[in-house]
Amino acid sequence: MTVASTEIQPKPKRKLWQMENWWGVLWVLPSLLAVMVFVYGFIAWTARVSVSAWKGLLADYTYVGADNYVALHSDARFDIDIQNTVIFTFVFVLGCLAIGLGLAILLDKGIRGEGFYRSLFLFPMAISFIVTGVVWRWLMNPAQGERLSGLNLLFDKLGLDFLVNSWHATPTWGIAAVALPAVWQMSGYTMALYLAGLRAVPDSLREAARVDGATEFQIYRKVIMPLIRPITLSVLIILGHISLKVFDLIIALAGKQVALDVPATYMWTTTFDGFFFGRGAAIGMVLLASVAVLVIPYLWYTLRQEKGL
Amino acid sequence: MKTRKTLRVAALLLALALVAAACGDDEGSTTTAASGDDPTTTAGAMTDQVEVFSWWTGGGEAAGLEEMIKIFATTDADIEFINSAVAGGAGTNARAVLASRLQANDPPDSWQGHAGQELIGTYVAADQIEPLNFLYDQEGWLDVMPETLIPLISKDGNIYSVPVNIHRSNVLWANPTVLADAGIAIPTSLADFFTALEALKAGGMDAPLAMGEQWTSMHLFESIMLASMGPADWTGLWDGSVAWDSAAVTKGLEDFATALSYTNSDSSALSWQDAGQLVLDGTSAFNIMGDWQEGFFRELEKAPQTDYVWAATPGTAGNFQFLSDSFVLAKNAPHRDAAIAWLTVAGSNEGQDAFNPVKGSIPARNDADRALYGEYLLSAMDDWASDTVVGSLAHGVVANDSWKSEIDTAIGLFLLDGDVAAFQTALVAAQAASG
Repeated sequence: MTVASTEIQPKPKRKLWQMENWWGVLWVLPSLLAVMVFVYGFIAWTARVSVSAWKGLLADYTYVGADNYVALHSDARFDIDIQNTVIFTFVFVLGCLAIGLGLAILLDKGIRGEGFYRSLFLFPMAISFIVTGVVWRWLMNPAQGERLSGLNLLFDKLGLDFLVNSWHATPTWGIAAVALPAVWQMSGYTMALYLAGLRAVPDSLREAARVDGATEFQIYRKVIMPLIRPITLSVLIILGHISLKVFDLIIALAGKQVALDVPATYMWTTTFDGFFFGRGAAIGMVLLASVAVLVIPYLWYTLRQEKGL
Repeated sequence: MKTRKTLRVAALLLALALVAAACGDDEGSTTTAASGDDPTTTAGAMTDQVEVFSWWTGGGEAAGLEEMIKIFATTDADIEFINSAVAGGAGTNARAVLASRLQANDPPDSWQGHAGQELIGTYVAADQIEPLNFLYDQEGWLDVMPETLIPLISKDGNIYSVPVNIHRSNVLWANPTVLADAGIAIPTSLADFFTALEALKAGGMDAPLAMGEQWTSMHLFESIMLASMGPADWTGLWDGSVAWDSAAVTKGLEDFATALSYTNSDSSALSWQDAGQLVLDGTSAFNIMGDWQEGFFRELEKAPQTDYVWAATPGTAGNFQFLSDSFVLAKNAPHRDAAIAWLTVAGSNEGQDAFNPVKGSIPARNDADRALYGEYLLSAMDDWASDTVVGSLAHGVVANDSWKSEIDTAIGLFLLDGDVAAFQTALVAAQAASG
């Protein structure tokens, strides 16, 4: 049927390879070449290294099949990495979504000095994860007893002793404490995205819902949230891939320790401290695959929507 | 329209030029940037140059290197010294840069590395450095360095580096006031040590043994293993004559677990300095750390014997578990003769006496000028001359980088689950994975 319809309404024939087109190609050529070499070329090279026996300073491309991947599967440290990534992602993404949406809804109510608050909540994003990590390392000092400091000291002075805890030194769940600075840093960004989304919802829809007798909660739940679902999706993708790749925050806050290890830190230490290049490349490919699982459906979805326009 | 087109062509050319510049060969640019002067202006006065690569960019080590460079400037005035130091990550960044330079076949003439397997296992295995036996013979270094040191920095009879300093890793630091109050003498055996720790804990001290982040637990590990196994078995672990699944290792791991049970719960958040501070403050009684801890105590203007005391880690008296910074000679060094001149200075009495008092370590040679060194360093020099020398694990002497990083993972996992049997299995696997 589609074939028939194109026959009936043939597209206006475009002259291919006009001067204008050549210019366009030339313009993107340098960046295209750079991307081909420095992104796709190196992905291919990393994939090759990940199936090699390369260990030590000099390259060794002996093909070993999936050995590096199989070894990761039974690697106790990689199990901890996965567990930590899951906990981190859960706390980080949910924290940002909840706080970001909450702030956006409050700001959308048209409070006075909205511009000030908007900047205030966005500012943490201007800081790098390294700086955030160092500052929060001091704030979340887990020392107990006489050596209390940072947030613990504040809790203690305010009489909130029950809140004093050992933060990232907590067994198993320490990584959740590491996610807190990340939430602090990125929830303002989430708020900005949501605020833009909320502003795009026409007032007439809210009013119509009110006329129909919907409560404020129902308006958000049934009218506004479905309308800003694409925003939620974007936020999930953006925060999700940051979370899977997190490295600098961990290094600055926790240093090199297995308890708070994530795939990216394992990849770095095993490659550059231990010279296990094959294993490091395999971890890199697993990371790439996990991000791809998240991003590719999203790209596909956006492309399809753009075509639809 | 004409001008618009010209503009486009110009912009396009500019873009291509930028890409070409970015991809272009940048040989030499790092050295220029690091040394901070332009080789074209100095090349006229100097007939030769030597590029020395290190991660000494701050503190006593950078100052010590500067002192040694001054000596070099007087002995070899015609050679320009290019200091290619790379900062960051306690050497991790520098070693990554070095690795990529060696892979690109662009070696510096000489570079810094921990003496022992960290150099041998990585760079000798990859055929990147030259043996230095001829220099040792020529300079008579074999006569002035301890006999037990040489095998630890050699492979197959070839010596591969020139140690410029010696640090001791098996040192117990203690707070004399705390010990006096508890009526405890400095323990000399592991059993005494555990008794003392138990007594302090029973007396209400939460964590009598101070420890810092994960690498400091590897440091504690090597001290306790040496105490538990003795020097022969410890050395045997690394040359394959003692098996990792032996009962002696199990006993050592159990002792390590016992020691860990007296450490602070927030260790993962502390640096080695923080752990030393706990001893000074009397929050903890003991800390096992290398003798750079003394440099830190001095920086805080604390006095030896009154604010802190030291001894060999209990059970390791008579053993000197050492680590050392050393310099190598690159294979295919661009300036081989100049590099040898540099190594001659690095191993000389003048060079070592210039470097070590500033860095807070002792010379590898036993003919140093004793007037230059403080109370602790003099005691270390005496021990260095008479003790059995054994190697450190945490600081690269006994195991190569791959092996060490696998052991580090095993220790990290052990800190989480405390399972001795699984720990020993992981250590056996670590040897296999890096072999």
